[in-house]
Amino acid sequence: MAQSYLWQDGTLRSWLLTRDHKRIALLYLGSITFFFALGGVGAALIRLQLLEPTGAILSDAAYNRVFTLHGVVMVWLFLVPSIPVTLGNFLVPLMLGARDLAFPRLNLISWYLFVASGLLVLYGLFWGGLETGWTFYTPLSSDYSEGRVLPVVLGIFLNGFSSIATGVNFIVSIHQLRAPGMTWYRLPLMLWALYATSVIFVLATPVLGITLLLLAFERLFRVGVFDPGLGGDPLLFQQMFWFYSHPAVYIMILPGMGVVSEIVSTFCRKPVFGYRFVAWSSVSIAAIGFIVWGHHMFVAGESLYSAIVFSMFSFFVSVPSAIKVFNWLGTMHGGAIRLDAPMLYAMGFIGLFTVGGLTGLFLASLAADVHLTQTYFVVAHFHYIMVGGMVSAYFGGLHYWWPKITGRMYPEIWGRLAAALIFFGFNLTFFPQFILGFEGMPRRYATYPAQFQILNVLSSAGAGILAVAYVMPLVYFGWSLFRGARAPDNPWGATGLEWRTPSPPPTENFAETPVVTTDAYDYGELDARTGVADSGGAHHV
Amino acid sequence: MSDGSVLDHHSPYETPLHRDESAIAGMWLFLASEALLFGGLFLVCLVYSQTRAAGWAAGVRHTDLTIGAVNTLVLITSSAVYTMAVAAGQRGDNRGVVRFGLGAAVLGMAFLALKGVEWGQEFRESLFPGPHFALHGPDSGGAALFYSFYFLATFLHGMHMVVGIGLILWVCRKARHGAFGPAWSTPVDVVGLYWSFVDLVWMLLFPLLYLIGRR
Ligand code: HEM
Ligand SMILES: [Cu+2]
Repeated sequence: MAQSYLWQDGTLRSWLLTRDHKRIALLYLGSITFFFALGGVGAALIRLQLLEPTGAILSDAAYNRVFTLHGVVMVWLFLVPSIPVTLGNFLVPLMLGARDLAFPRLNLISWYLFVASGLLVLYGLFWGGLETGWTFYTPLSSDYSEGRVLPVVLGIFLNGFSSIATGVNFIVSIHQLRAPGMTWYRLPLMLWALYATSVIFVLATPVLGITLLLLAFERLFRVGVFDPGLGGDPLLFQQMFWFYSHPAVYIMILPGMGVVSEIVSTFCRKPVFGYRFVAWSSVSIAAIGFIVWGHHMFVAGESLYSAIVFSMFSFFVSVPSAIKVFNWLGTMHGGAIRLDAPMLYAMGFIGLFTVGGLTGLFLASLAADVHLTQTYFVVAHFHYIMVGGMVSAYFGGLHYWWPKITGRMYPEIWGRLAAALIFFGFNLTFFPQFILGFEGMPRRYATYPAQFQILNVLSSAGAGILAVAYVMPLVYFGWSLFRGARAPDNPWGATGLEWRTPSPPPTENFAETPVVTTDAYDYGELDARTGVADSGGAHHV
Repeated sequence: MSDGSVLDHHSPYETPLHRDESAIAGMWLFLASEALLFGGLFLVCLVYSQTRAAGWAAGVRHTDLTIGAVNTLVLITSSAVYTMAVAAGQRGDNRGVVRFGLGAAVLGMAFLALKGVEWGQEFRESLFPGPHFALHGPDSGGAALFYSFYFLATFLHGMHMVVGIGLILWVCRKARHGAFGPAWSTPVDVVGLYWSFVDLVWMLLFPLLYLIGRR
């Protein structure tokens, strides 16, 4: 049997110059784990500060720098790349039945771009710091900021090219490298989700790029693109920023939806209910997501008529999201559900994403938003989606494909415990923030009126639990690398092509190119092929 | 050195044709992305040319129409010449690729040289926005905005030119080693797509920066 990709050639050089999508996925995994930890330190400092109404540990200026660090690192260096560059890089060729991505060298370049951009951003954040928040609003960022706008903004600009490279690579791969018989409607839903994500990478990221370049230009030469004092228009920055960044919030959820579709099907041992609806809802989320950006500017002087139109489109965009939720529930209905760790994460995703999406509708309602905007309600809204949803999906996916990636099982008991703890800690952290926001506590302040303290303390306590829960997988994944039970090819009894090759896969992925004869999630065919009638696949624990 | 008519052993493709189609598709996607990069810039240009029309027009009137027009001709010619390199590639005529490719690259450098002369003039006349900006009066704010865009847009386009010239020279080097044949000349085509795009961007910049509002 061919050697696994992990041990083919163990030198550092062979890793740093690899063109193997599986190794590049691991390079990315290491990098974004670092950034996740760093962003987490930022979060911990924020929650410590807010234990007391007068601020427990940081000066006002330091607090501004800390929440900026947290937002910039988490959004750009962790969550935007997260699932696509790790699980996506690893799985796209395997799920397609291909040997690699369409442009292996470009894939490696994208990682180097990512690392370079990360270093530039870190340089800015640590040597001088930045206080603009992750949104870099003008005129604060162009005129008043005393922080290091330039390196951070240029770092994010560079980071964009890494995203674009990944997007181009995925789109071309999915068009060109499908195995014989792998028609579009046989693709795993993960690939539909990553395809939609890639379209956003390719078409939205450049607009952010030019916006940040204009900002850098303005900052560098003191010309007035966005500066009203010099004739520019600061709101134009917001328009252009959100033209990218609303689609980008779907970059930060669609891949998670893909992961959840895979997990739910496998652990209910049923095809995903309404496959075509789920597939096309990914595409329509990506498409409608391009025309709702104005909902971030309802109180920024947008005309009433624009506001009404943007509000309406924001309601439309929730329809495909709801379709997905109902279809997952429809899949689970009557299924023989197995509650292994990946499924726990997936179920957490469904619940928390629903809360996040519904509160998005509150915010998209004009009258409600006037009250809720710039409060902790918004903070809770997007954390329910981004952390409760996307980060849960990311962890669920890591557990689900861990046996394939490493060839080892993780300890199931610990996996379930961590999943439950994350769910609990998460809700304790962020649910109080809905109430805080509703009662009027504004976001981004280092201090607050004493009446809000109880809820803030609860939130900080939740964050402590969450921190412990996020560290647990790091520990037992590390343990399992060396001590975990050997993983079989298909530990979950799942249907995708990635499960038809050894764990971990050989460098060339498949001994011979697989031929696809059935739809995704055809469990009858799986049983017929493997000769196991309803094994349930449960050889683990 | 790669010989394009065979696949290297790690290649994800079935046939060289399969690989080459993918390369072309990849370039088209990248250009779609680039179109939105410049699209954002054009959008901002259009907004300010309306909201700050008087100052904007004052800025446009200060640009050097002669150099701009000559440069437009130079770049169109360069694109046309490169098309001949593409045709030569498809015939498998490596010497043709080198000849026309170098022609296109030299014209591209001429464009950059002229652009440099123009920038030099403008710097000497203090047209770079800032405290010493040369244009005064009630519309000077709009004119300064115009020049912000002028410099940023021409800089960004110039960077694309530099990359394009580099790519063309790379193609020429491959051709000198006899890399292309009737069966395979994809790099010539892919670089051609990029070069035409850079040309196209200038076709939009020229009216925006030199003509609209000039009268
Ligand atoms: C169901 C669809 C959604 C709707 C209708 C919606 C609606 C909104 C609205 C109206 C706001 C602006 C609130 C304000 O500033 O006053 C907002 C903010 C936000 N949303 Fe959503 N949202 C949706 C889904 C998402 C998703 C999927 C994500 C991320 C994965 C997300 C992330 C964010 C973020 C990060 C902000 C705050 C940005 C900031 O000002 O820092 N939203 N959302
Ligand atoms: Cu939005």
